[in-house]
Amino acid sequence: MTDDLIARLSADVRPVRRGLMWQLLIGALVVGGIIATIAMYMMLGLREDIATAPTTMIFWTKSFYTFALAVLGFCATIVLARPDGRTRWPWIAAIGLGVLLAIGAAMQLMIMPADQTMHLIVGGSSLVCPFYIVGLSLPVLAAVMLVLRRMAPARATLAGLAAGLFAGGTGAWVYTFHCGENGMMFLTLWYTLGILVVAALGALIGRFALRW
Amino acid sequence: MIAMALCINSDVTFARVETNGAVMVETDTIETRLRALMLAALDGDAVAYRTLLAELSRHLRPYFTRRLHAAHSSHAEDLVQETLLAVHSRRMTYDRDRPFTAWLHAVAHHKFVDHIRRHAIRPTVQLDDDAPIFARDESEDAAARMDVDTVLQTVSPRTGALIRQVKVEGASIAEAAKAAGMTETAAKVSIHRGLKALTARFAGGRDDR
Repeated sequence: MTDDLIARLSADVRPVRRGLMWQLLIGALVVGGIIATIAMYMMLGLREDIATAPTTMIFWTKSFYTFALAVLGFCATIVLARPDGRTRWPWIAAIGLGVLLAIGAAMQLMIMPADQTMHLIVGGSSLVCPFYIVGLSLPVLAAVMLVLRRMAPARATLAGLAAGLFAGGTGAWVYTFHCGENGMMFLTLWYTLGILVVAALGALIGRFALRW
Repeated sequence: MIAMALCINSDVTFARVETNGAVMVETDTIETRLRALMLAALDGDAVAYRTLLAELSRHLRPYFTRRLHAAHSSHAEDLVQETLLAVHSRRMTYDRDRPFTAWLHAVAHHKFVDHIRRHAIRPTVQLDDDAPIFARDESEDAAARMDVDTVLQTVSPRTGALIRQVKVEGASIAEAAKAAGMTETAAKVSIHRGLKALTARFAGGRDDR
């Protein structure tokens, strides 16, 4: 019985490329990211001042914050996709990054005139921002989950959380090309909220979809 | 110099006197051989792969049998097959630069936990007990047993007896507790504290759980 199985499995042994996990996860990122970018461009459109926005500090702050969270999510995902994978530093780094941003945002609020406060916190799109981020993250989340199902995460929920951070960071990064908000506190609150929702969604999906 | 190590992580708790690291060498040979087979298999070598799977099933069968009550021993063969299938379908998650036995152990442990949860089976060991699959079984080793006697004399006689019954002779907590005339919880606590004290004393204060 077991001998039959061994014979069957060994007859079907195809070479496994080095770095296949990397390639699959990056492939999922590219596919999901392209879909998200097209969706952002067609349905939301680039921000009107896209030509001048890259000269502002806040544009790069948003870009760096979201991109860094995506990278940290990727680092956690690729470790947790192995059966013996354990990692802690990406979570600590992600929380540290959020705290750092919050401190910067609080300083900006203190420096800027009081009549700007509401604008810097709520802006004009705080009600929709988290939803758009979740929406743009879904293609990446779906693609990453699909490739993760071929891997071996021992802790499904945690691996799902990592995939969610990876997808949420990516979706939010794509969203920065549409979003014209200038407040650091806006970024701290609403972007983080959107990414956290995607991370939680990833954990929930992972809990069921990543069993093996 | 004689280094004494108390291995709590194994099914069999034993103190062993290592004069030249002979045990390490033996485990390393298995690791070296299996890893070489795995690397060849990942490059598409069917013969190496077949040898590997056959050898794994030989190691895995007793590993699972030991973890199941006699009534469930028929599950061991299912578990061997499930593990081999997982090794096959998820072999890309093995990092070629890391020990193969550690990866295999993680896969087998995962399959075991998953299986007993799905079938609502009670295992004979704690789920977080990470006894290595490839550890040499030294329960027959007379020298090791004498060391156990020596080591257990350093804890209270009752705790020593409990540890001996449960960890060396393979009795269940319930049986040992009954024999000692105490509740199961008290027996568990007593064993836990005893082992912790022994670990602190003989492993240089390093608590490996």
